[in-house]
Amino acid sequence: MSTFAKKLLIVCLDRDLTLPIYDVIIIGGGIVGTSIARELSRYKLNIAILEKEAEPAFGVSKSNSGIIHPGTQNPPSSLKGRLCVQGNILTRKIARELGVDLQETGELIVAFSEEEAGRLEAIKKNAVLLGVPGLKIVGRSWLKVNEPNLSPEAIAALYAPTAGIISPYRMVYALSENAAKNDVGIYTLTEVKQIQRPKAIFEVVTTKGMFQTKYLINAAGLFADRISQMAGIDDFKIMPRKGEEFLLDKKREHLSNHLLFPLPSATSKGILVIKTADGNPMIGPTAEDTDDNEDTATSDEGFKKVLLAARRMIPSISEADIIAYFAGLRPVAGDDFIIRHEDKVPGFINVAGIQSPGLTAAPAIALMVAGILKEQGLAFKKKLLFHGRRQKSVHLFALTFSKTSKLIKKDASYGDIVCRCEMVSAKEVKDAIRRGASTMDGIKFRTRAQAGRCHGSFCTTRIMKILAEEKNKALTAVTKKGSGSEIVKGETRS
Amino acid sequence: MIKRDLVIVGGGPAGMAAAISAHENGSKDILLLERDQYLGGILNQCIHTGFGLEYFKEVLTGPEYASRFIEKIKDIPNIEVSLKSFVVKLTTGKELTFLKPGCLTQVRAKAIIMATGCREKTREMVHIAGFRPAGIFSAGLAQKLINIEGLLPGKEVVIVGSGDIGLIMARRFRLEGASVKAVIEIKKTSRGLIRNVAQCIEDFDIPFYLSHKITKIYGKDRVEKVSVSRVDDAFNAILGSEFDIACDTVLISVGLIPENELLEMTRGASVPGLFVCGNSLKVYDVVDSVTKDSIEAGRVAAEYLKGL
Ligand SMILES: Cc1cc2nc3c(=O)[nH]c(=O)nc-3n(C[C@H](O)[C@H](O)[C@H](O)COP(=O)(O)OP(=O)(O)OC[C@H]3O[C@@H](n4cnc5c(N)ncnc54)[C@H](O)[C@@H]3O)c2cc1C
Repeated sequence: MSTFAKKLLIVCLDRDLTLPIYDVIIIGGGIVGTSIARELSRYKLNIAILEKEAEPAFGVSKSNSGIIHPGTQNPPSSLKGRLCVQGNILTRKIARELGVDLQETGELIVAFSEEEAGRLEAIKKNAVLLGVPGLKIVGRSWLKVNEPNLSPEAIAALYAPTAGIISPYRMVYALSENAAKNDVGIYTLTEVKQIQRPKAIFEVVTTKGMFQTKYLINAAGLFADRISQMAGIDDFKIMPRKGEEFLLDKKREHLSNHLLFPLPSATSKGILVIKTADGNPMIGPTAEDTDDNEDTATSDEGFKKVLLAARRMIPSISEADIIAYFAGLRPVAGDDFIIRHEDKVPGFINVAGIQSPGLTAAPAIALMVAGILKEQGLAFKKKLLFHGRRQKSVHLFALTFSKTSKLIKKDASYGDIVCRCEMVSAKEVKDAIRRGASTMDGIKFRTRAQAGRCHGSFCTTRIMKILAEEKNKALTAVTKKGSGSEIVKGETRS
Repeated sequence: MIKRDLVIVGGGPAGMAAAISAHENGSKDILLLERDQYLGGILNQCIHTGFGLEYFKEVLTGPEYASRFIEKIKDIPNIEVSLKSFVVKLTTGKELTFLKPGCLTQVRAKAIIMATGCREKTREMVHIAGFRPAGIFSAGLAQKLINIEGLLPGKEVVIVGSGDIGLIMARRFRLEGASVKAVIEIKKTSRGLIRNVAQCIEDFDIPFYLSHKITKIYGKDRVEKVSVSRVDDAFNAILGSEFDIACDTVLISVGLIPENELLEMTRGASVPGLFVCGNSLKVYDVVDSVTKDSIEAGRVAAEYLKGL
């Protein structure tokens, strides 16, 4: 045991000899961890999520394409393929329950040559085996009518109507808020450092003290191999695969009517033209292996590659349309997801290697994990009262003027616009904070304030003030995404 | 739907000058909409001097320059000022929709002057690669933090671009005791006024790298360093010329662009009685030119109204 852990252990033991023993602890507050927590919160179980970052959704789940995949690009025998198809259906239901917008856009896998067109049949066949519904191959004339901006070089496409888009972080926030409402403890800034299991109970040592639990679930995304190692299972490694994505101005919202995919390669679905839940089209992602699971830097090469590939799809896309970019890392461990109970460490469940389509598959993963827990002897008794629904949060940018007008009459601060590019009001910012945002990024992800074309140039100070006031802290303590990322370095001399 | 003769969008130097000029040329029913809580626009945070040399033949600070117009407007009952009023829509029928704490209002105008100013180009528009930690600011945001909020954005600063705001901020940071590690300009010459290069950079011995660019920003939580390269005539990084500068802050000052999102809602239609002035028409070097341009816009709008 490291001296740090020893010290912590002593502190914990000194403070409280009767620590609560959780039924289930989930490590990781991404889409997977929060989906599992929300599913389990239907039952009479004592559950906690431990998350190292300042807020949920700050890991892989914040930087991805936001696509609810139909399941088309997976081998028919794969676990990820099966969970994707199932997750596609479940996500719709959960999104409705939790008040998260899911847009049914449909996708096109576009062929640019006879050879590619030939491969569409094979993709379709595999997808049918997985149970993907509604597929059809469409030709040039269909494309011309339904996707007018698409390059005239495109000759055919596989149309999958069940593809959709969602805001990935807003889904995570909805899940974690709803889990918390159903009594799941959500501990942020709580990094797991060590796991031991002296008797039948796990002792999870964290930066915020020790937690005890009967069952322990590893949903730590890019760090899942380290957590697994801590628990004594060292048979897989996470190999991050970087994806750079570039967001376009909302003015180009109607660039495409569907999600546009090229033919997939062995390691990725290729560079896409994506619609996003917020209206900004997005192009990307790249797929480059890296050995650093914190390397979310974008590159000039990525930029060039994405732009070139996206223009092949839609020639009118221009460099000047790009207003933002980011890189996400896919937590890859082999070709498929690893979801299993580790018999060598009874009660320990690995949910690792959740690469794409993990966002889509998450609710199906949650059901699978619940099944494993049942098998392992955890008793599932339904709660008398489960809060299955969540009040939808307001986004002025998505409302009609008459609705906006009514809201402003009810609460004047809906008319107090803070973010000019994305039209976000002071009320929405305050609501985001009351629902759990504690950082500038948390506010951005929940509301879109600072996410527009000026990048917070005009609204940062105002949002900092609202955050400081709501949280009753100094402006100098406001951070972008947690301690160490303070926006300013202090006060001026005068 | 309320009806007004002239609606002016934007209460910065352009909108204020246009309003006063329209009044002086006979307009009697003017509504001036400003989204911020005060008039004056960006001038409020420009506490350095150098304003008004041409127009007032005096050396004024930004707030002083603005207050001359603000005081005048106060005395003109025909100009109604509506603050915290955020315009969300403009139609070719000259109808405007704006939000304000407490109400959403639609107004039909006989004439409209758009004076919405400009905004700074972002890091993303010049696509600097690398990480996205805290510590990356537009020069204007840094200026607002220091001059209005009394907050120091950073202590070791690298400035990208030698636009005037960037240069002025270099000096401002130095006066606050911060170290300015470098100003990096991709072009062969500074884009700022000569007097600003002399007074803000040379006087403070700040390293000024012409024909250089930042190739990558590093830092997970906070900026830690940047990589810089010399560039060729096509602005491509020259292999082997790269070096790193440790810093905690990157200031982006790579130019201004007119803010015309509202105007774009009319999709380029020609709308009689719809005018544009100031930096939302074209980005001027000094505010005096904005004032001159906007006085003309106010006059033309007033003439247009008379002709109806
Ligand atoms: C570029 C890109 C595009 C993608 N596009 C799509 C798509 O369109 N559709 C789709 O379905 N999928 C997509 N994916 C995949 C999807 O994003 C992931 O499968 C999913 O987000 C994984 O979620 P997670 O909860 O497993 O991981 P994360 O969101 O990373 O959650 C893990 C959490 O664990 C925390 N943690 C780690 N270590 C510790 C510790 N020691 N103590 C406490 N907490 C810890 C982390 O901070 C993190 O918050 C994409 C991925 C990328 C990178």
